[in-house]
Amino acid sequence: MSKAFAPTAAKPGVITANDLREGHNLWMCEDGWTADPAQATLFEDEAIADLALLKAVGQSHLVVGPYIVEARRGPNGPEPTHFREAFRQRGPSNYFHGIQTLKQPTQQTEARNV
Amino acid sequence: MFDVRPVETDYVRHRAAQFRAQVDRRLDGSLTEDEFRPLRLMNGVYLQLHAYMLRVAIPYGTISPDQMRMLAHLAETYDKGYGHWTTRQNIQFNWPRLVDIPDMLDKLASVGMHAIQTSGNTIRNVTTDAFAGAAADEWMDPRPYAELLRSWSTDHAEFQFLPRKFKIAISGAQRDRALVAAHDIGLRLIQKDGRTGFEVWVGGGLGRTPMLGKVIRDFLPEADLLAYIEAIIATYNLSGRRDNKYKARIKITVHERGLEVFKAEVEEEFANRRRDFHGADREALAIFRDRFAAPAFRNAATDGFEAERVKNGAFRSWTDTNLHPHKIEGYASVIVTFKTHGETPGDASADQMRLLADLADRYGHADLRVSHDQNVVLPHVHKSDLPAVYAALQKAGLAVANAGLTSDIIACPGMDYCTLATARSIPIAQDIATHFKEAGLEDEIGKLNIRISGCINACGHHHLGHIGILGLDRAGVENYQITLGGDGYDIPAIGERAGAGFPAEEVVPAIDRLLRAYLDLRADASERFIDAYRRLGPAPFKAALYPEPAHA
Repeated sequence: MSKAFAPTAAKPGVITANDLREGHNLWMCEDGWTADPAQATLFEDEAIADLALLKAVGQSHLVVGPYIVEARRGPNGPEPTHFREAFRQRGPSNYFHGIQTLKQPTQQTEARNV
Repeated sequence: MFDVRPVETDYVRHRAAQFRAQVDRRLDGSLTEDEFRPLRLMNGVYLQLHAYMLRVAIPYGTISPDQMRMLAHLAETYDKGYGHWTTRQNIQFNWPRLVDIPDMLDKLASVGMHAIQTSGNTIRNVTTDAFAGAAADEWMDPRPYAELLRSWSTDHAEFQFLPRKFKIAISGAQRDRALVAAHDIGLRLIQKDGRTGFEVWVGGGLGRTPMLGKVIRDFLPEADLLAYIEAIIATYNLSGRRDNKYKARIKITVHERGLEVFKAEVEEEFANRRRDFHGADREALAIFRDRFAAPAFRNAATDGFEAERVKNGAFRSWTDTNLHPHKIEGYASVIVTFKTHGETPGDASADQMRLLADLADRYGHADLRVSHDQNVVLPHVHKSDLPAVYAALQKAGLAVANAGLTSDIIACPGMDYCTLATARSIPIAQDIATHFKEAGLEDEIGKLNIRISGCINACGHHHLGHIGILGLDRAGVENYQITLGGDGYDIPAIGERAGAGFPAEEVVPAIDRLLRAYLDLRADASERFIDAYRRLGPAPFKAALYPEPAHA
């Protein structure tokens, strides 16, 4: 668990982690965790985000290394503000691998309610 | 105290079974991630930017065809069909699922391979010259000693929690191709007064504080190797800093305490430890020498090789660049570069791995090496077989004549994969290679080492590049610093920063200006970039990188 970023209404954030069994990137959403970053919950309040992060840490049987990171509100959902997160949301630039290959952008992992 | 494991495969299988149980306990919630992390790292399992990564050890880069086929099988079955040769002669799989890794380790164990000590603050893979046992300028094969060090350091109880990771390199040739000066301990096999021994270097390393090592012993009798190495690491284990991760490598210990103080402590420790070595290491070394006995070289004509060179220009070009002189007449070492222009440096597909295994079986005395510059070497190929080897490589897209040239770039995975990275490396390498091919300048430029790292940890050895490129995050934008004058080989040197960094899209134009300036400045075509840089100093090269803005 790392908490380097405190979201506010002006600088909101999302919670992201990796799937414990598979390793791929996940974002916390309303129903649990999603592999589609556009479906991620956008946190605008530090206290609420902290609570959600604590819950994420409590789900260590599902996810690894959850953290809050800055995001901005985009037309289709949260968007990354830093290139590192942009790469995590897309996949590597040398092959068409990773998140970018997901055919159904709204695909969610099985019920993993927070 | 050193002991030889009689059936090491059993040990590797045991460790794989142990890890399977650890993964099970992690998945069923018995272990937290904080408890599990050190266990997975001890087995080479990292969590990277997009997925888990498994780093598999290839001790001193030596791998058999069957082991290579197993890597191909793993790449196809558990990854995305490829693996990545690392700068420490290992292989990384970028996409395994945690739930599959125990099966991968079982399969690796079936061919005597593992991922033990490919991570963590332990003694890592011992590295050496990719041409060991083959090079014309080698006077002793270092691999029996490398194997002795590997065997001794594996699961060495005292050295499982060092202040920081620990890397040993060993070289047995006149030209140091193992980067001895850039390792925590570097060993050069030498002879003095008819005796075999080592010149022992200590405290070298790259990363955020690059330093070349210092000679701590100018002659160590070879019989004392383990006792002395153990004394160095035991001294470091106690005096190395554990309060600050960035000051924890032995280079800082030696630098802060001073070589003489450190050496005195080592010598005292050595005197004590030496008494505990009763000859098991000598017996083991004798076994390892047999294991690394030279293959049954054959004596045959090389007319076909010469004739093919005359009639096939592409073959001639490839043999000009991608062969390394062999100690046996009629033989050569073949460098198979994984640096096809526009491709990812060091990535090998499963089919390519199988081809290399087949070629090694058929033409290469069943021997393969992974080199620190992310290529693969067939160390022993008779020249009469080279046309057939070339034809097979060409069919697989692996006969690119660029060993040691501009496009033979070392590049770490960078921010395309690595969680530590601050910028990408791979696209920069791809763009440079493609640009100079399209410009038709690669052959004219000649020998050049470009090294790219995606962060200051320097896995891409940028400090040792004639041209080094370091990717950084500058206010949320990828930015690349250029260093000049580094060298890992003939005259080890840490490159010097040329000036302000460049945004990604300006790196290729900057390198283009730099190399065109070199072509204008060099004395003649035989003067390499690094030689011209040493002769002229940095000024004209910096001027090319940072031209004066035109005034209106």
